[in-house]
Parts: sequence; structure tokens; C-alpha cells
Amino acid sequence: MTSPIETDVVIIGAGPVGLFAVFELGLYDLKCHLIDILDRPGGQCAELYPEKPIYDIPAWPEISGQELTSKLMEQIAPFSPQFHFNRMVTGFRKLENGRFEVETDEGELFHAHAVVIAAGGGSFQPKRPPVPGIEAYEGKSVFYSVRRMEEFRDKDLLIVGGGDSALDWTLNLQPVAKSVTLVHRRPEFRAAPDSVNKMFAMREEGKIKFEVGQVTGLKGENGQLEGATIKGPDGEVEVACNRMLPFFGLTMKLGPIADWGLNQHENLIKVDTEKFETSIPGVFAIGDINWYPGKLKLILSGFHEAALMTQAVKRLAHPGEKMVFQYTTSSTSLQKKLGVQ
Amino acid sequence: MTKITLVAFDGTRFDVDAENGSTVMENAIRNSVPGIEAECGGACACATCHVYVDDVWAETVGAPEAMEEDMLDFAFDVRPTSRLSCQIKVRDELDGLVVHVPERQA
Repeated sequence: MTSPIETDVVIIGAGPVGLFAVFELGLYDLKCHLIDILDRPGGQCAELYPEKPIYDIPAWPEISGQELTSKLMEQIAPFSPQFHFNRMVTGFRKLENGRFEVETDEGELFHAHAVVIAAGGGSFQPKRPPVPGIEAYEGKSVFYSVRRMEEFRDKDLLIVGGGDSALDWTLNLQPVAKSVTLVHRRPEFRAAPDSVNKMFAMREEGKIKFEVGQVTGLKGENGQLEGATIKGPDGEVEVACNRMLPFFGLTMKLGPIADWGLNQHENLIKVDTEKFETSIPGVFAIGDINWYPGKLKLILSGFHEAALMTQAVKRLAHPGEKMVFQYTTSSTSLQKKLGVQ
Repeated sequence: MTKITLVAFDGTRFDVDAENGSTVMENAIRNSVPGIEAECGGACACATCHVYVDDVWAETVGAPEAMEEDMLDFAFDVRPTSRLSCQIKVRDELDGLVVHVPERQA
């Protein structure tokens, strides 16, 4: 059992709103740990539209998702936030001393005065292809990621998709697997041209098969895959396989947070508009994941919510202390914290 | 205004007066057409506003550009007339356009 990480606030989600919350909380000396399922900060800004311009960030007539993320990282650096990437928050409970415990799927425990859910549209998870009955095979013979290559040794492997994940794993698992069949709905790929060339070369040498089409059916028993039906331009073909790796990108799901017992409104977390607190006192929700009458899913709304949430968290973490509201432009103590004094 | 029709998967028809320059996705969202999720808000980054352009309109609407074709890889049951509705801009010659919403997005 690892000993829990003690901190002031755990922020779930490292998108723009989660990042800015570090700044607001930092001004009041509240230390933060952030947990995100992605491997880098930025959330949707990094994952969905890093290159796309955003036009409604105050004072930025135009800024890309990636630039916004970088600027926020620069802005919060003085507060030394601790990031925990590639993790999903699974467990949550209130401790007897009034603090909260948050657990990740990697088994880490965090203890904090407050939990701030800034999870946007939810956690990014692999998309499931609409193949009837695929659920029965998941985790047994259908996998959405490769944790250990050995699991695919001497297997007849079906890889589905046309991006870098599909191509990379085709190339890397070919020497390990008994056979590899790559399926993609068209002969063009989104992957790095070098990988695509290597894949076609392997096909020329007879090392792998490549089928143009979409998987429409699976057969097998007790979760053990035996074959797949592929519908292509020239009709259907059957491919024998006992492992399948579909790579269809990511989608967003609320995930385990849905089971925390928080009041919800159409898959969003209900909060008040004074503190952005959920139905569990001490648990806050800010940004796209929350709902209140009049809610707008704008990054700037999330920034505002972070500032107001901070006031409540400060009172919670240091009850009885007088709240002194200060401006960063004029307060020497805030400027010291920001490292500009 | 240009008249376009979105047909939901259950067959319900949504006849919409669409402004030229708006996207088919925006009109679907404004009119609460079920089955159009548009998770990314129209950035051509998620493939959850996938539609089938009615066969008779396919040629007029045209083929997707390379980036949209790439995103369609993430859509399901992609057919020859598949498009992302956030990338179809309403214009005069699309008056009467019909698009069909697939069974599911993701």
C-alpha cells in the first residue's frame, strides 16, 4: 500500500479550466495535484483542436488550443502544480477527518481538503466500433491498447484503423504475432508516410495482409474471438483471428465520477452559482462538466467559475481565517507568490 | 434562406430554413435533430456529426476534403456518400438538400 499524497486540492482534469484553477488557488497558497487521463496538459484543447484558433478568450483575438495551454502552463508555473498523467480517477470517499480521498486506476491515493472536478466532456476513452456483440470480447480477446506485446505472441491478430496507432502496432507486432491482418475502410492512411510505406512493403513480402473494408461481425465463444466478417467494396470476407485491436480514436465519457452520488443534470454535474459546489460539500465542479441555469460551455465561463470556487475552498481549508481580496496588479504579497517581486 | 431536410434515424423529417453560410451541423443542433452529437463543436475533430447525403444530392454537395476524409475514419458504417455535417456549408444550390442521420455516431 502506497502512502497517500497529502495536498490541499485535487483537480480532476488538466484542461484549460483545471489549469487556471491552479492559478486562482495558488494565489491563496493552496497547493494542487492534477490528474488527467491524457498524457499531457490541455484537455480537449490539446487532444481535439491543438491547431484550431479560438476567438473568444478575452484579450486574445486569436489563439490556438496549444498556445492557450502553453500560456496557462507558463502562468501557473510559480505555483508548482503536480501533474499525474495517463490516469483515471476511480475511487472517492470522505475521510473521518473531513478531508477527501481520491484514488486512481494506478492505485495512487490523494488526500485533500477539496476535490475540484474540471473534467470537461469527461475522460477520453477509446471508441468502441459498432460491431454487434463486441462487448463480450472486450478485455479477453479484443483490446483497445497494447499493454504488453507478449499478449499477442503467436496470435492471429486483426488490427483495425488507419492512423498511427494502427500502423505502428501492425509494424511492431508483426514479428511477434503468428499472423497480422490490417483492416481499414480505404487504401489511404492518416499515419506517418514512412509507416505506411513499411506496411505496404511488408504486404508485398507476404508478411501481413491488408483488407479494405469495415468489420461488421465477430464470431467466437465465451469472449474468445475466432473470426471476423469484413465488408469491403467487393462484398464480405471472413478473416480467422483470435485477437483484435480496434483503433478508432477517443471519445469522452463521464466515467466513474458518475457513480459518486453527485446530483446530475443530463450527464452534467449540478452546481450552485456562488461556489460552484456540487451536492457533496467540498466537491466542486467547474468548466464544461458542470451545469446550472444559464450555463454556457465557454472556456471563459470556466475561468470565472475557478475564481469563485477558490473563495469557497480557501474558507474550507482555513476556516475562520479572514479573507482578504487582493489584486495581482497592486498586492505585493500576491506578486511575491507569482515571483515578480 | 435555403430549405434543407434532415432525416433522423427513426425516419422523422426535420425541414429547416437554413441560412447560407451556416453548416448543416449547426442547423441540426439548433433544431435538436437526434443523432447529431457534434462533440467538438464543429472543428472537424471528432466525427460525431456524421451524415449520409441523399444519393441524388451527393454530386452537388461534393466529396470531402482530405482532413474530413481522415476524420471519417473514426465514424462508423461509413458509406460512399458519408460526410461530416459540420463541413457542409449551406448555399443556394443546396436548396432542397436531404441528409440522413446514421444509427449512431460513436
